[in-house]
Formats: sequence, structure tokens, C-alpha cells
Amino acid sequence: MSNSNNTFAFAESCLGNIRRASLEAVTAARQVADQTGGQVHAMIAGAPGIGQHAAKLAAHGADVVIVLEHAGFTHYNPEALAATIAARITSGYGAAFFAASAQGHDLVARSAAKLGVPYASDVTEFSIAGDTATVKHPGYTNKVIQTFSLKATPAIISLRAGAVLPKESAKAGTIETITSVIDPSSVRVKVTATEVSGGAKLDLGEAPVIISGGRGLKEAANFKLVEDLAAAFGNAAVGATRAVTDDGWRPHSDQIGQTGRLVSPDLYVACGISGAIQHLAGMRTAKTIVAINKDREAPIFKVADYGIVGDVLQVLPVLTDAVKKAKSG
Amino acid sequence: MKIAVCIKRVPDQDVRFKIAAGGKAVDEAGLKFDMSDFDGYAAEVAIQLTEKAGAGEVTVVSVGPDAVQETLRKALSMGAHRAVQLKHDTPVHDGYAIASALAAELKEGAYDLILTGRMAVDTQNRSVGAQLAELLDRPYIGAITKLDVEGGMVKARRELEGAFELVECTLPAVLSIDEGIARARYPSLKGIMAAKKKPMDVRPAQLGAQRYTLESLELPPERTGGRIIGEGPDAVPELVRLLKEEAKIL
Ligand SMILES: Cc1cc2nc3c(=O)[nH]c(=O)nc-3n(C[C@H](O)[C@H](O)[C@H](O)COP(=O)(O)OP(=O)(O)OC[C@H]3O[C@@H](n4cnc5c(N)ncnc54)[C@H](O)[C@@H]3O)c2cc1C
Ligand SMILES: Nc1ncnc2c1ncn2[C@@H]1O[C@H](COP(=O)(O)O)[C@@H](O)[C@H]1O
Repeated sequence: MSNSNNTFAFAESCLGNIRRASLEAVTAARQVADQTGGQVHAMIAGAPGIGQHAAKLAAHGADVVIVLEHAGFTHYNPEALAATIAARITSGYGAAFFAASAQGHDLVARSAAKLGVPYASDVTEFSIAGDTATVKHPGYTNKVIQTFSLKATPAIISLRAGAVLPKESAKAGTIETITSVIDPSSVRVKVTATEVSGGAKLDLGEAPVIISGGRGLKEAANFKLVEDLAAAFGNAAVGATRAVTDDGWRPHSDQIGQTGRLVSPDLYVACGISGAIQHLAGMRTAKTIVAINKDREAPIFKVADYGIVGDVLQVLPVLTDAVKKAKSG
Repeated sequence: MKIAVCIKRVPDQDVRFKIAAGGKAVDEAGLKFDMSDFDGYAAEVAIQLTEKAGAGEVTVVSVGPDAVQETLRKALSMGAHRAVQLKHDTPVHDGYAIASALAAELKEGAYDLILTGRMAVDTQNRSVGAQLAELLDRPYIGAITKLDVEGGMVKARRELEGAFELVECTLPAVLSIDEGIARARYPSLKGIMAAKKKPMDVRPAQLGAQRYTLESLELPPERTGGRIIGEGPDAVPELVRLLKEEAKIL
């Protein structure tokens, strides 16, 4: 293959906005391309106009930005995307990066299957030498770190949010416009409606800070206190326990734990959460954990770097004020 | 309606894992095994669909050693009708190989619906369902939290970053099941008795080449944690100080 020194990155977007995960994928691709002496080709797809984000991809190391615009890509359209990506990757890349996000998980699996190759999912560290990629991927609800070797060309890797920090490395970012290999409006799975999920603007997988609430908040309305603290931080998303999502106080997509999201933020604030083992499975890899619980014996205190014993309904407003002051001062 | 459910046998996750001698597997001594959480939801969804229709058949399929028969038998005791073990005695980490073996089995049998879990709780890969759909060239909807099947149509809800989508496709289709649709029932005594007589076929798994291999395992660093800094709102200033000066996050 003539150009297998080149590296592919898929730049994910959501409703016209580029996601941080895209810059992480491009940064990872740049690392590999600098090693092989090849180019980075970053692909972005969406409704007409999505190409406006090309400059950002170039700034993070894309030599070529592949732009795929069509009204049929307004919504996430994995069928047409995977077909187009697979057709593109066949033309010869040594490695390809995707985000291990809700969209990315689907897309990478389908693209790789179309190419008939295995891939490495949800990777936290990687290195590529010759025809072998070596990756780390947490398993067993994040309780065991596994090291795998992947022998496939291209080496397809999906990256866990935060595995690579976006880094600027300006390149030309020559635009190459392509079309979908199948008609994006005649795919077999059709989106009939989209609801933007309430409240949280930042996705749990990307937020450096997560404020999470449990049954200790007593009722759905008290989640306002959790949202206020998240707003005071400014870079925070709101999470919840299964007790809370089961009761319909919060959507299932906010659930953190074994059967919810697995997150590793810089700061995790657990408010009125007991710390059941299935909840800890989703957040124990956070860098710093704060817990507020009225029960001194609650298991969450065993993993909390900083614990406050007390009524969460009283502590939260005071903490929100203090964080606001600290942020402004 | 004919439904197939792909079920993985996994260790119960509510434990502190140990690494086995040799460093390439978790130490299975003392571990309990069961179907992966999401696969239990998928089995329940399939059984409810046939119960509601008063017709149809649920086939449960697992790739693995003979021990998976116990897990398949549990699904039969929940109400599935027949089971297939795709026998392979050593652990497989290559999701594409697993999907290939499942596709070889499920391409025959005229299944209207094939269900997998959103992810296996041990691999945490989320890869097999989508790959299986591609190999079978069927429509696929991943990680769904709501499902309606009627008149040959699937209507489902999936959650993406920052948005929910309602999506639809026609049967036959492949779906991966997230939490929220149904919880796995506990087998009844009657179900357990009935399961003993249900068919369990065993065939070799056609995995193909395995190109994703486990090199080593390690445990993440222990959390030291466990520090209570004070009580009630009075502890807030100290917390803010620690977040600024020690954790350097404010
Ligand atoms: C197969 C399986 C999968 C599961 N998956 C998940 C999962 O993914 N995520 C998850 O979260 N759970 C999961 N669970 C459920 C889990 O076992 C717990 O039931 C759940 O995490 C408990 O949520 P909680 O901490 O909000 O509620 P509780 O356990 O009821 O705890 C509430 C806490 O609030 C404290 N409290 C009460 N009032 C106040 C107050 N005024 N001020 C301060 N503190 C107060 C109490 O002391 C208590 O510690 C799963 C369970 C199973 C069996
Ligand atoms: N060995 C297996 N046998 C049967 N089904 C499996 C197996 N491994 C994975 N699956 C199915 O694929 C889903 C996703 O697994 P994974 O891609 O490993 O996260 C699981 O929830 C199962 O439904």
C-alpha cells in the first residue's frame, strides 16, 4: 500500500458542533504520523456547513480535512458513515482513530467489521510499532487494566475521553470534499425524532468535573442544588445513581456505574450517594473524589479523598457559594 | 417471531479481582459466574416479546467452554426455548472473532430479531453487536433504552451524547440492549424444571483468526482515600482550601 504511513482520524460532531473527542482523535493521529513520517487525514461529516470546523482540525495536526456534507448527516447516520469511512480507509492507512463515545462505539465497530479487521475498543494508552499496536483498555468494570496487542492493518483504535489531551500542531488542513458511498437519506435505520437531553450541556464522558446526586437528595426538585453547583464550576456535568434514574428523577443517560456510564473526571462530587459497589464501578477512577453524606459509615467515604458528614441539602448551597467566590476571586 | 439472544458468561463484578499466576487471566478461584447484566436484559426483552405475542421462539447462543451451558440453562429457565453453545475452550478477547462465530451460526435460522447486550461487563468493548450486524448485513440500532416491535417494524430509542433519538427500521434487525427496557426475571421453580428438558445444541465455534490478544493484566492503583474532613456546612471552607491547594482543581 502506497500511503499506509498516513493516519486517519474521525472527527465526531453532534448537531453541528464539533466535539472535544474529535480533537483528541486528531491529536492521537498526529502523534502516530509524526512517528511514521506520514500525513493525518481527518474526516468530518454533517449537514452542509460542517466543513467550517476544518480550521480547528488543521490546528490540531490535520494535513488533509476530508469533508462530507449532506442533509442526510444532520443526525448521526452510522450506516452511511461506516460505509463511507470503510471505503476511504481501504485506500490505505496504517492506523485510524475514533472516539469511544456513544456514537463512536457504533461507528468504529461497523467500519472495522466492513473492513474485516478486529480493532481496539475504549483505549486509554497506545503505542504502534511495525504491524503491531499495543493498547491498554480497562475491563471488569474498570477494576482490571488489560494490555492487548492488535495485529491488523490498519490498526483501528477507539480512544476513551481524556486518553489523549488535545494539542495544537498547525498543519495545512487542505480541504478534500467527498460524497457518501451510499445515499445517506435512504439508509435502513431512520431517525424520526430527536430530543436534546435536559440540563447538562457538557457530556459526562468529557466533563472535567462531575457533580452527582443520589437518593439522599430526597426528591427530584432538589437536583436543582446539584445543577447549581455544576453551574458554579462552569466545566461540570451532572450525574446520578441508579436509585435516582429508576425513580425517573433523572434520565438513564445520566446514570453512572456498572450499568451506566464509566467516567474518569478530574473531580467527582458524590451528593447523598451511599457508594454501592455498582456505583463505585463507574467512578472510582476519578482523580479526586468528594463525598457529602449524612451517614459517617456510608461506603462512599472509603473512596472519598475529602468527605463531609452532613445534610447534603444544607451543605450544597454553601459549597456552591464558596465555589462561585473561588472561581471569581 | 424468531428471536436469538447472544449471551456471555462473565464473573460477578462485585468483588476485588486478583490476577492469576502468569499474569494473563483473572484468578477465577471463588468467583461466581452469571450472564452479563445487559444480556440478562436482552433475554428478558426477547421472552416478553414472545409472551406478548403468544407465539414465537427465543434461542439463546453463547460462545465459550462447557461452563456456558449453565448460563444458557438459566436463560432457558427464564423462558427461552432452546440454546446453542458455540464451543471454544480457551478465552477469546477478539470481538471480531466472536462476532464471526455468532454470524456463522445466526445467518441460518431465519431470525427476525437478534439481540445482544450493550456491552459485556468484563470486556467493556461494546463491539460485538454492531460487528455482528455488519457481518449479517442487517439494520442495526445500538444501545437502545426503549423498544416497540409491531407489524414488522422496530421502533427504538437510543441515547447519544447530549440527545435522545427515536429511530426505526424493518425486521429482520440486530439490536443491542441498554438498561431501562426490562430487568431480568428470576427463574421460577417451574421454569427451572422445564429448562432441564429444553434442547441444548453444541457446535464448534467458527472463530477464524484471532488478531487481538491479551498480553497482560494489572490492577489499577488502590485508592487511598477515606478521609473525612469535617461536618456540615462548616466544613466547606476547608474543602474549598483542599480543592485549591492540594487537589489543585479550583
Ligand atoms: C446489577 C446491578 C447493576 C447496578 N448498576 C448500577 C449503576 O450502574 N449505577 C448505580 O448508581 N447503581 C447501580 N446499581 C444499584 C446500586 O446497588 C445501588 O442501589 C444504588 O447505587 C444506590 O443509589 P443511592 O446511593 O442513590 O441510594 P442509597 O443507597 O439509598 O443511598 C442514599 C444515601 O444518601 C444518604 N442520605 C440520605 N439523606 C441524606 C441527606 N439529607 N444528606 C446527605 N446524605 C443523605 C444516605 O445515608 C445514603 O448513604 C446496580 C445494582 C445492580 C443489582
Ligand atoms: N462469548 C460470547 N458469546 C455470546 N455472546 C457474546 C459473547 N461475547 C459477547 N457477546 C455479546 O456481545 C455483547 C457485547 O459484548 P462486547 O462487545 O464484548 O462488549 C454482549 O452483551 C453479548 O450479547
